Amino acid sequence: MASKGSAAIVGPGNIGTDLMFKLMRRSDIIEPRYMIGVDPTSDGLRRAASVGLEASHEGVDWLLAQDELPDIVFECTSAKAHAANAPRYAEAGILAVDLTPAMVGPLVCPPVNLEFNMDAVNVNMITCGGQATTPMVKAVSRVVPVEYAEIVASISSLSAGPGTRANIDEFTETTSLALEVVGGADKGKAIIILNPVEPPLMMRNSVFCAIPPEAAEPGDLQDRILESIHAMVETVQDYVPGYHLRADVQFDPVRELWKGMGRVFIPVEVKGRGDYLPDYAGNLDIITAAAARVGDIMIANKLGVETTWKSSADLNDLEAAGV
Amino acid sequence: MGDMTIRPEDAPKVNHLVTEAEVLAHTNGKAAASQAGETDLRITDSTLRDGSHAMAHQYTEAQVRGVVSALDQAGVQVIEVSHGDGLGGSSFNYGFSKVDEFDLISAAVDEATQAKIAILMLPGLGTVHHLKKAHSVGASVARIATHCTEADVSIQHFGEARKLGMETVGFLMLSHMASPEKLAQQARIMVDAGCQCVYVVDSAGALVLDTAQQRIKAVIDEIGAEAQVGFHGHQNLSMGVANSVLAYQAGAKQIDGALCALGAGAGNSPTEVLAATFERMGIRTGLDLGQVLSAAEDVVRPFIPRLPWMDRASITQGYAGVYSSFLLHAERASERYGVPAHAILQRIGELGYVGGQEDMIIDVALALKNEQELGDLAGAGAR
Repeated sequence: MASKGSAAIVGPGNIGTDLMFKLMRRSDIIEPRYMIGVDPTSDGLRRAASVGLEASHEGVDWLLAQDELPDIVFECTSAKAHAANAPRYAEAGILAVDLTPAMVGPLVCPPVNLEFNMDAVNVNMITCGGQATTPMVKAVSRVVPVEYAEIVASISSLSAGPGTRANIDEFTETTSLALEVVGGADKGKAIIILNPVEPPLMMRNSVFCAIPPEAAEPGDLQDRILESIHAMVETVQDYVPGYHLRADVQFDPVRELWKGMGRVFIPVEVKGRGDYLPDYAGNLDIITAAAARVGDIMIANKLGVETTWKSSADLNDLEAAGV
Repeated sequence: MGDMTIRPEDAPKVNHLVTEAEVLAHTNGKAAASQAGETDLRITDSTLRDGSHAMAHQYTEAQVRGVVSALDQAGVQVIEVSHGDGLGGSSFNYGFSKVDEFDLISAAVDEATQAKIAILMLPGLGTVHHLKKAHSVGASVARIATHCTEADVSIQHFGEARKLGMETVGFLMLSHMASPEKLAQQARIMVDAGCQCVYVVDSAGALVLDTAQQRIKAVIDEIGAEAQVGFHGHQNLSMGVANSVLAYQAGAKQIDGALCALGAGAGNSPTEVLAATFERMGIRTGLDLGQVLSAAEDVVRPFIPRLPWMDRASITQGYAGVYSSFLLHAERASERYGVPAHAILQRIGELGYVGGQEDMIIDVALALKNEQELGDLAGAGAR
């Protein structure tokens, strides 16, 4: 057994709790040790304690007062809270994986830019919508120039906790930026919709990319875009088994109403693994799986050991996802 | 088919001549007072926002100036100008604006002499950044819209709007999808966040008389005098004006309309019909009926590519409870994929998609097309 790095999860809500299960299942070198919240009645704190973590409702002050500090912290609170906490983690020599849209550190999406600078002590996981859509924008932009990319992320109301709701502007702004910086579009635009229908809808992401007129017509260029998209879907499935195209990719020729742009439409659905909330909450899986993947790499780098990441194939998750 | 010509003798008979005394008795002498500036309710005109849907977001600055000038002179106190889906709506998903909406808002502010210019924004699409920009070009009323069960996403925006000194209005969209009690709870969230008037918004034109009035009553019971209540109607089931009257009678103080009904789906409650109806009832709106009628007939009508109308697709929207702005998108998908628009809208209603999910229209059209092809195969004897 390799030596291990200890982890603290700050924010015991939907995302923090789902992340705890992901870390336990996917990484051999990260040991979730602390779950930190501010509400003593939190369900997430109770669950964490029941699986052997030290759970405290006394916040980051409590965490930083411990004799044994964690090697890495996963921030699952809000952009505002992380902006305040980030310098304190850095000062204490704790690595930080930020699951809020605070953007203190570089934006990372595993299938696109996993080769981030290992000297970074803080990395940002964009947003759930960003994790689901930037790989698709990248899949197009690595074949043809994308002057504009737009995404619509629809998630079930039940899977959007108070943090997400209070941060909705940060969601759209951070995701838009990621479509440019990570996805490779000249200009990005992100839209998020909460849908309360019962039974809950699965996380759904529509990706629209403006493409050159010749790519919007059938031909070699279009074939290469399609091939790139399908390859990227498989790469994402390595760590999010429920990630799939809900329907065929649609190409539309140039239209005057689209300011003369042609477009490709990529309908992505994310079925969750049901680690915490049921399978409609794929928005949790896609960001927690990405964070766990990145955390595993950062700890491996810190400890000077090989990563121990288990892919979906290793865990036989793809068949279970049935997508 | 019989003779479809409508002859004058088929028109409904007027039983007797209405005298001026009868009108005065009926209206309690209120009509005269409206000239003095006191009003019983305030009409907000959304021709330049909800109407943007029907215009496929192709408004020009000249059109905006013409409409604002006519409404302003007619006494309309609030004129809403934005992309149909609110600030930031210009997109693949909702349609690109021909002219930048901030240029249109700015032109509207320039043209208005007494009317306030309002904007609409939907958190998740528009942001505080958009709100500040609209304020900086002179918009003074912030109308912030959420799905009727998701009011808590608007809290930061109401806070910012109030900080900017803007008047605030909350829009609970697709109100037919929530019970009156649930709607009242959501109205409470908006009011506590700084909203000064909560609208029951019948985005699908699905509310029918008492179902509209019950929602208005429930919201008023909850928020009392802390904020006003408004109603935004659509004509998909032809109920916009009737629902507006019932809303007023239940205590609503703000009512939305659009000239020539120009709006999503079968359109909004026509501002000119609201003005005529309320005046006939002796309810003071502060509008000059003649000028409003002229604004509709002479200013708006000439540039409308297609009058909103209750056709099979838009009636289906009202019946199935589908967001009105899906109409043109469904028609385009119908053309692209060869499946009927009303069938797309019916399915959208069954699946419970909400405002903003225009992207799902493509999915539904593709699914229907597949089913159609499978049906054709089965019809041809394939197994």
